[in-house]
Amino acid sequence: MLEIRFHGRGGQGAVIASEILATAAFMEGKYVSSFPYFGVERRGAPVTAFTRIDSRPIRVKTQIYSPDHVIVLDHSLVNAVNVIAGMKRDGLILINTVKNPEDFLFDIKTVATVNASEIALKHSLGSHSAPIVNTSILGAYAAASGVVSLESVKKAIGEVVSRMVDENIASAEEAYKSVKVMKR
Amino acid sequence: MIKMLTGNYASAWGAKLARARVVAAYPITPQTTIVEKIAEFIANGEFDGKYIRVESEHSAMAACIAAENTGVRTFTATSSHGLALMHEMLHWAAGARLPIVMSVVNRALGPPWSIWSDQQDTISQRDTGWLQIYTENNQEVLDSIIMAYRIAENENVLLPIMVIEDAFILSHTMEPVDIPSQELVDKFLPEYDPKYKLDPSSPMGFGSLVMPEGPFMEYKFKGHEAMRSALKIIDEVDSLFKENFGRSYGGSIDTYRIDGADYILVIMGSVASTGKEVVDKLRENGKNVGLVRIRSFRPFPHERLREILKNRRAVGIFDRSYTFGYGGALFSEVRNSLYGLSIPVKGYIGGLGGRDITLDILEKIFNDIIKIGKEGLDRDYEWVGLIGDKRW
Repeated sequence: MLEIRFHGRGGQGAVIASEILATAAFMEGKYVSSFPYFGVERRGAPVTAFTRIDSRPIRVKTQIYSPDHVIVLDHSLVNAVNVIAGMKRDGLILINTVKNPEDFLFDIKTVATVNASEIALKHSLGSHSAPIVNTSILGAYAAASGVVSLESVKKAIGEVVSRMVDENIASAEEAYKSVKVMKR
Repeated sequence: MIKMLTGNYASAWGAKLARARVVAAYPITPQTTIVEKIAEFIANGEFDGKYIRVESEHSAMAACIAAENTGVRTFTATSSHGLALMHEMLHWAAGARLPIVMSVVNRALGPPWSIWSDQQDTISQRDTGWLQIYTENNQEVLDSIIMAYRIAENENVLLPIMVIEDAFILSHTMEPVDIPSQELVDKFLPEYDPKYKLDPSSPMGFGSLVMPEGPFMEYKFKGHEAMRSALKIIDEVDSLFKENFGRSYGGSIDTYRIDGADYILVIMGSVASTGKEVVDKLRENGKNVGLVRIRSFRPFPHERLREILKNRRAVGIFDRSYTFGYGGALFSEVRNSLYGLSIPVKGYIGGLGGRDITLDILEKIFNDIIKIGKEGLDRDYEWVGLIGDKRW
């Protein structure tokens, strides 16, 4: 079973990202579940969401404590919360940032970065102060992890997202191409 | 058609497929998305029902009672404080023998304020005369709503029923759910056509005053007997559901790997799903454990449970609710079922206010049940997972 944890801020679309990823994996014939750590949602407050992917039905209904992969939708969270808490060392962390993977000193095998905010804004997703980066970062995740294909991510966006589908798909494609991956 | 659905959307689909004709509801987290989805279905013309917006949960239930009294299928949904506010009307719905189906998303009661899961809200409505079915996953939520109408509308039952799911763990978690076709559901669920209803062409009185010598007690006794006969009907409807849809949940009781198991944990709700994972792990390590999930808390399957548990070495019960000053409600029921047998029975209370019930804590509980089976009871019950309690 693959366990993925999303860290975002209220309004960035972390919960929807977990749903799109689960839907994409489901379309590839996998068993999935996705769920938010439901807080009292406020725009800008730290938000956590989870996705599980497996080849057999998923019975575990706890939160995820030792994720294989972590996806960070807002670079400022790296200093605000312990984004690698409980993470498996041979895992993957993907961060939305202007920086390069080499700038992060995590003791994690694969570190990937993508400027998802810039891509989202280019496609008019969200505002300058609050870009909606969930679909861009999933394009980057498809490239960095290989867990789901870009095609499935695009199809899942069509299924889950109700507005600006083309812009969301274009963002995912662009992030898929521009993600930077470093393996230790 | 398999779709990714949250528990709440599964519930809304259940009400739609069952062709509920009147839905009256008041929003409350974490239930809101059920009635939001139904409102959307109705607005899109996909759901042929009347949606009544009301000013409180008390009114929501009052509206369902009135509608159901005219002989139409009704549906509502609520949680926590909303359910508590309905309390008076819950008694009325059951006393009037109205087979209303209600989705309840289990949420803790404050204070302290909490929107997260525990079963205190529904357990507190134990004696209102409603049937209570607790579910384990989103597929079971949808299927149980459809079964609920078939059970409640049976002429030997005619009692209202709650289909219960855990807040967030089911209500807001997306899982693949097989949505049955309308044709299949229509075949399974006949039109609702009660013998007695409010009808201007054939006037009747309902709910009038009776004197102490009058049929009050006899009336309540009939309700009691109806609740008892519901036990058999819950099991029958489950078998019938399997014939029609290929899925079964065990009726009043679901069991997992109990063959040859000396040590059993009894549980309700979605935590059973995680529990099954723990049973597999412990079985691999040679530990003789199994799991029993109570689906029907009201009526409670005492005889069937006693049959299942009578030859075990020890039984533990996990309650996600509390009775101040003593063990949990499920604990009391299970121990009553085993009265007179010399099996150590112990209660565990935890997971309150959404506290996560982890694989680790369930494994510790199983190991404690094995311990009391070998060494005898150390205490009747205890709270598990309290901050600072090193044992858990």
